[in-house]
Amino acid sequence: MTRKQKRLSVIAGGLAFLGAATGLTFYALGQKASYFYMPADLTTTSVQPGQRIRLGGLVEKGTIQRGQGATVAFSVTDTHKSVKVTYTGILPDLFREQQGVITEGTFGPDGVFVADSVLAKHDERYMPKEVADGLKAKGVWQESKSE
Amino acid sequence: MVETGHFALVLAFALSLVQTIVPLFGARLNNQRLMAVGGPVAITGFALTALSFAALASAYANSDFSVASVWENSHSLQPLIYKITGTWGNHEGSMLLWVLILTFFGALVAAFGSNLPATLRANVLAVQGVIGAAFFLFILATSNPFVRLNPAPIEGRDLNPILQDLGLAIHPPLLYLGYVGFSICFSFSVAALIEGRIDASWARWVRPWTLVAWMFLTGGIAMGSYWAYYELGWGGFWFWDPVENASFMPWLAGTALLHSAIVMEKRSALKIWTLLLAILTFSLSLLGTFLVRSGVLTSVHAFATDPTRGVFILCILTLFIGGSLALFALRASRLTAGGLFHPISREGALVLNNLFLTTATATVLVGTLYPLALEALTGGKISVGAPFFDLTFGPLMLPLLVLVPFGPLLAWKRGDVFAASQRLMAAFASALAAMLVTGLFIDGASVFAALGIGLAVWLVAGALTDLAVKSGAGSVAPAVMFRRFAGLPRSVFGTALAHFGLGLTLLGIVATLSFGTEKILTMRAGETVELSGHTLRFVGLYPAQGPNYSEDRGRFELIGVSGSPVGEISSAKRFYPVRQTTTTESGIKTLGLSQLYVSLGDEGKDGSVVVRLWWKPLVTLIWGGGLVMMAGAAMSLMDRRLRVGTPSRRRKQASVVTPAGLP
Repeated sequence: MTRKQKRLSVIAGGLAFLGAATGLTFYALGQKASYFYMPADLTTTSVQPGQRIRLGGLVEKGTIQRGQGATVAFSVTDTHKSVKVTYTGILPDLFREQQGVITEGTFGPDGVFVADSVLAKHDERYMPKEVADGLKAKGVWQESKSE
Repeated sequence: MVETGHFALVLAFALSLVQTIVPLFGARLNNQRLMAVGGPVAITGFALTALSFAALASAYANSDFSVASVWENSHSLQPLIYKITGTWGNHEGSMLLWVLILTFFGALVAAFGSNLPATLRANVLAVQGVIGAAFFLFILATSNPFVRLNPAPIEGRDLNPILQDLGLAIHPPLLYLGYVGFSICFSFSVAALIEGRIDASWARWVRPWTLVAWMFLTGGIAMGSYWAYYELGWGGFWFWDPVENASFMPWLAGTALLHSAIVMEKRSALKIWTLLLAILTFSLSLLGTFLVRSGVLTSVHAFATDPTRGVFILCILTLFIGGSLALFALRASRLTAGGLFHPISREGALVLNNLFLTTATATVLVGTLYPLALEALTGGKISVGAPFFDLTFGPLMLPLLVLVPFGPLLAWKRGDVFAASQRLMAAFASALAAMLVTGLFIDGASVFAALGIGLAVWLVAGALTDLAVKSGAGSVAPAVMFRRFAGLPRSVFGTALAHFGLGLTLLGIVATLSFGTEKILTMRAGETVELSGHTLRFVGLYPAQGPNYSEDRGRFELIGVSGSPVGEISSAKRFYPVRQTTTTESGIKTLGLSQLYVSLGDEGKDGSVVVRLWWKPLVTLIWGGGLVMMAGAAMSLMDRRLRVGTPSRRRKQASVVTPAGLP
């Protein structure tokens, strides 16, 4: 094989790889990325039951209910709207009332959000960034309150 | 002492400027005396940075709360070990560790680079100097660890409790040794571009550096993964978190570099590609530093968010990545292309390896940066997690893993796939057997599990086949075989060990994901629970007091077949009063290569406790495989060729590498 042919075959191979990877990436981004919403966003955007999203906000005061076994129900609020969430499992250590959380899961047919993961921040000093930004945009929360 | 440290840091910054400018001009003017300035300056710069770091560490060890960084991240009641590791458990200190390691590597080149061509050495030190200068300036301007508080507070604010752990003591230094180790490869590449020439000594120098950096990065990632596994209490070992990806991308690119550097050293082919890969690998390290340190990501690593820092690192990033790539575009055509090879050959296999690895790196890069880009452009917030990477990274890695055992069995220049396949028959048979056994005899095994286990066994058996073939197993008398085995170059063992370790990691991942079980339930004292054949009895909750925390320790007994306890596991909820933080200490019992993992949840009103249990079969192999990979890199580093570099010896050993029978 001449140098030119070799180079061409390497380039062709490389492009084929890149093409395959690009295709896969676009497909996966369309299918597998989950969008982040705050409760009030859900009035303007329609989310199908079964579509995977991330729902963030504050844990509404007085809504945490321990159910059967390890199932917990609580409401996530952005002070305008709130959404009922159920979760089975161990809640993060920093999960408490009026703290920012991000829950990930799908809406059931009854409109209750069934979360399979609940994230709070690792550190008590900071809000989850998405939640902080969302609350700031809604004028509910100011930077100064975090410290 | 603190002011001494600060002053030393400023001096180190000034010296890094000298290290940049003087040798660079020396090399341009071909002035020996100017070029010789680089070495001593680099070593002095390292000494000053070390002094500065020692000053900060001593402020931490002595709980000097008049230093802002110590006040924010330490507490007088913390155990001494965590006071010291707290030095790098925060933004300022960890950046200081970063430059400490950078100057350390620069000093190593200065100390041991006497056999390098003088101009190359001068240029390498100059590039190393300019990276140092940028980061010294960053620290001094935006993240000074030596800022004093007046009046000095009496008590500190404590280190983030989840960072008060031995894993943290080891993870960042290892990771940085890897990240920053690639700076040497970068400096060598840029130096070669500045000179417009690249020769054999270049490759001989770059390969061991790549190995060192790759070895530490592997360790750092494995350590970080294990830390997340036991400390976060979720039982997961990899989350595809952007911060994890930030360290994984340089690892993938570094792995590609490791392989292309072999081709370059042995066959002086792929020169330009290797150069580009070295630049890209360190660029990804810088990108990782930016992602982790700038606060654009929310994670445990983002200690504080300060926009000026982000902008500053972004400037550094643009300067180095843009600058080096521009230089590459200008100069790469001057470098001569190397030897020819047939597509089916060791070189060809390594090119294929590089294609897969760099493409996989690109998908991880897209998955990591796309959410950031989307948010910046449209304000939409998405999260890209495991499902995305399973679909993109997975399919790219699978064929690569299938091909791994073929690579080392192909000859240089022109290989024979058929001969290699014949040699791999035994490995293939064992993989097939493993697949069948998994599929038929293990309850609930999916097709994915059977294929995954088969693939892992294929990698492990392939690595062993490589060693067996190269010792002449089957074709020579056993005595000769053992002699040949003992005489194999260390780098052959290194390759086999690294591929073996990769197989072990894969085996651990597949087994844990496919056959792991979990249970969430509420338990009262005295109750028992069974999980995958293991019976656990909850003894009860016992309050205890630590140096800077109080805890409720849940004790569990592992009940043996006879009904009596054979072991104990305890998991705790810890409360750190200073930060008003609760953490979960998971309880882990290692049984063989598998682990029983217990995590404690909230306590109910009636005295019952939420308990989450996992059975994780072969999970320790995930990190054990990483250790074996590290051992492989260490073994390669001990290769005589890299230590001595005598050409005659190399030729003699090369004939052992290619055993009789291969064309």
